[in-house]
Amino acid sequence: MSKIWDIHGGIHPAEHKALSLGGPIRTVPLPPTLILPLSQHIGAPAYPVVGVGDKVLKGQLIAAAKGFVSAPVHAPSSGVISAIEEQTVPHVSGMKAPCIVIQTDGNDSWIEHSANPDYRQKTAAELVALIGDAGITGLGGAGFPSAVKLQPRQPINTLIINATECEPYITADDQLIRERAADILIGIDILAHILGRPERILIGIEDNKPEAQQALASALKNSGNTDNAGAIEVVEFPTKYPSGGEKQLIQILTGEELPSGKLPAELGIVCQNIGTTHAIYRAICHGEALISRLTTVTGQACGKPGNFEVLIGTPVAHLLKEAEFDAQRCPKLIMGGPMMGFALPDTSVPIIKSSNCLLATTAEESPPPPPAQACIRCGHCAEVCPASLLPQQLYWHAQSKNYERLEAHHLADCIECGACSYVCPSSIPLVQYYRAAKGEIRLIAEEKRQSDRARARFEHHQARVEQEEKDKAAKREARKLAAEAAKAKREAEAEIAAANPQAALDASPSAGANDSGELDIVQAALARVAAKKASPEDQRKRFERAIETTAARLQKAQQVLAAMASDDSAEQQIKRDQQRASVEQARLRHQEAKNKLAAIETDQAANGPGDIAAKPATTNTASADPGLDRAAAAIARAQKNAAEQASMSPQQKLQKQRDALEKRLGKAQTRLAQAESEGSEQVEAFNHAVATLSEKLKAADLELASGSQDSGPAKVQTHTTEDSN
Amino acid sequence: MTELSSLELLLTAVLALVALATVFGVILGYAAVTFKVEGNPLVAQIDALLPQTQCGNCGYPGCKPYAQAIVDGEEINKCPPGGQATIDALASLLDVPAPELDAEHGEEAEVKSVAYIREDECIGCTKCIQACPVDAILGAAKLMHTVIADECTGCDLCVEPCPVDCIDMLEIPQTLADWHWQTPLPPAERFARANSDSNIIATDRAA
Repeated sequence: MSKIWDIHGGIHPAEHKALSLGGPIRTVPLPPTLILPLSQHIGAPAYPVVGVGDKVLKGQLIAAAKGFVSAPVHAPSSGVISAIEEQTVPHVSGMKAPCIVIQTDGNDSWIEHSANPDYRQKTAAELVALIGDAGITGLGGAGFPSAVKLQPRQPINTLIINATECEPYITADDQLIRERAADILIGIDILAHILGRPERILIGIEDNKPEAQQALASALKNSGNTDNAGAIEVVEFPTKYPSGGEKQLIQILTGEELPSGKLPAELGIVCQNIGTTHAIYRAICHGEALISRLTTVTGQACGKPGNFEVLIGTPVAHLLKEAEFDAQRCPKLIMGGPMMGFALPDTSVPIIKSSNCLLATTAEESPPPPPAQACIRCGHCAEVCPASLLPQQLYWHAQSKNYERLEAHHLADCIECGACSYVCPSSIPLVQYYRAAKGEIRLIAEEKRQSDRARARFEHHQARVEQEEKDKAAKREARKLAAEAAKAKREAEAEIAAANPQAALDASPSAGANDSGELDIVQAALARVAAKKASPEDQRKRFERAIETTAARLQKAQQVLAAMASDDSAEQQIKRDQQRASVEQARLRHQEAKNKLAAIETDQAANGPGDIAAKPATTNTASADPGLDRAAAAIARAQKNAAEQASMSPQQKLQKQRDALEKRLGKAQTRLAQAESEGSEQVEAFNHAVATLSEKLKAADLELASGSQDSGPAKVQTHTTEDSN
Repeated sequence: MTELSSLELLLTAVLALVALATVFGVILGYAAVTFKVEGNPLVAQIDALLPQTQCGNCGYPGCKPYAQAIVDGEEINKCPPGGQATIDALASLLDVPAPELDAEHGEEAEVKSVAYIREDECIGCTKCIQACPVDAILGAAKLMHTVIADECTGCDLCVEPCPVDCIDMLEIPQTLADWHWQTPLPPAERFARANSDSNIIATDRAA
């Protein structure tokens, strides 16, 4: 008999265990529908691997584990997937969660599965994988995936099997040990094999289960096939609630107190529930996934309470029928024990992997709690707290939502066993305060995590935007500098050209041709001015001079061409062609000047010095070569207009203006229509433009009307000289 | 003789004080340079309390600018996403009385929300992407955009720029994962609820 230790606090509530220990484990007829929540465990929910309408066999995988801390779900019986949808799940919130619904076909036919009775030939990793694939989770109540617990990073020296069923009413584990002790021992041997044969294997069991202890003892004696049987020790200790808690049981059996926030593995200990051990035996030695469990259905509202081997996913109502449940007598149906269980929202919810008990108590059996009174600071709660916390302090801080103080008082170490509420003379629902505060702290931590993430993302965003702005500014700056440099270069070139125009001309004869064109314009303009003033005599002199200069230029151009003729490169040929063109041009000009001189002479002879003033001027501009650049053309146009206007009557002028206005108005209107069809923002501006234009047009119309009344029909004038353009 | 010694005494004292002042001056000067704190640490503390939605409801372009503004004397009740909890936390940090939330900047939302783009209506204009302060919208020009729900702070800033109005703010439904117990009502209130039909005191009912 190994030494046992005591834990702080604890209570001794009425047990009511005999109620459900009347007979053997009972079976439940196959329910028509099975509802399997995807999240029956702690960790990430499983994801469905079957579709609606699929046929599934008993033991077939229907939802696979997602991530390391997760567990798969298997079909508990053969049938058809009728839905994958949100259903009410057995949870205190009464909320809905994704579930797979199976319509059973009644055949209960198994999928092919392979047993591994020679598990000792397999490695620990292989066995752990098998356990994980079988979807085994802790059957004691928390539902932590067992495979995760069986891969400790530290060497394990103690394996503890939790056969402690400390909550009142529940007898599922007790019954299981009584009937299947031999199977459990094989399960323990599998665990020992996986964990590398720990030095000690302790089965912790309370002294209120003598039959179960007897069964274990005799099974141990009979199990000749397990050579480590001697290492397994059944440790009995006095009944007290809540010695079944993992931390509490470890303390009772080893005397070691698990430090806050540490895992048992860090002390070299692994703790498994005895129900889980049995499930592991089924998974390894029979190849059966976790599709059923033992559940106690008890309470005085049940006609035939007892322990049932029930398929996971069986609706609670179906199970209660077997226990002859009387809904009339039961004000509140509880899943789990009276201390830590929760009220079920309705009886359609399914039994899940962690459902160890259905408690249907009558109103007399468990009366509603009296209204909570003020705390009288009796300190009973601190005396019974198994985690050695200060429930009273926690209560004050939870009430004032002082989460910092709550954390300082180690709220996280509260196992929510309900001992403090049980002893509270003021009937304060203390555990509910702690649960609410824990939830709130978790939520705040989550929000903090999210806001930290958002802050980091915002900062990155800002940095990126700033960088983009900087890059843009740098580009703009570079462009500006380039433009300035180009401008400076142009100016410098222009200066050089101005200082030494002849040099520039000589340097590039082709450019010289252009320049001479421009010079011609200037000359023409000067000539125009002179022509207006000059007498016909002067004009003749000027033209004679022009003939001379053009002749000189022609000669010079011909000389340059001759000089070039000797060179044969492609570049030179182009230049030569250009030079030939300028020679031709100079020749034409020379010819023209001669013609004009002749014309003047004949004119003079015919009309005398009449109104020929405009003639040579316009002819002169018109004579400018056809390749005249745009500036010259514009000058010519403006000049023509001016000449026209000068010759037009005011009436005609008005008419012309009006026509121009009309044209502009038309253009403005088409622009407006386009802007409107595109929904552009400039619609308003265009509208305004159209309005002002039509006003101007009206004014012009009015003026025109009054003008025509004043001066009668307009005189039509023609300008034959202009037509030559 | 006594005069001289007193003069000596005086000199010694002055010299000792000057020496001490020099030594401490050097130490302080060194410390001021070496242990200089960049920026105002209070800004970071305030920024840590703000909800980081970056929504701009306070009138500043993000939570950090608002934190800076608070340091510069701005009111602390301009953050609707943070609500009264944030105001209380700021008040206790700055040791000032906690005011009510300034309704001018919006109301505290009961439930958090997340932006959702109706994807078949999205024209791919990228305006929402430019508006998002935490880069939680994915997409490219003329291609459909979508919101990374986990990164969305529910700040609302993408809704207004959308030219085809295809962004909805959806409330995040509560799931089993974030459900938690509610704090029990205070005894007096619970009693009042249970006996809302009568205003009698407990002992009167038995009679």
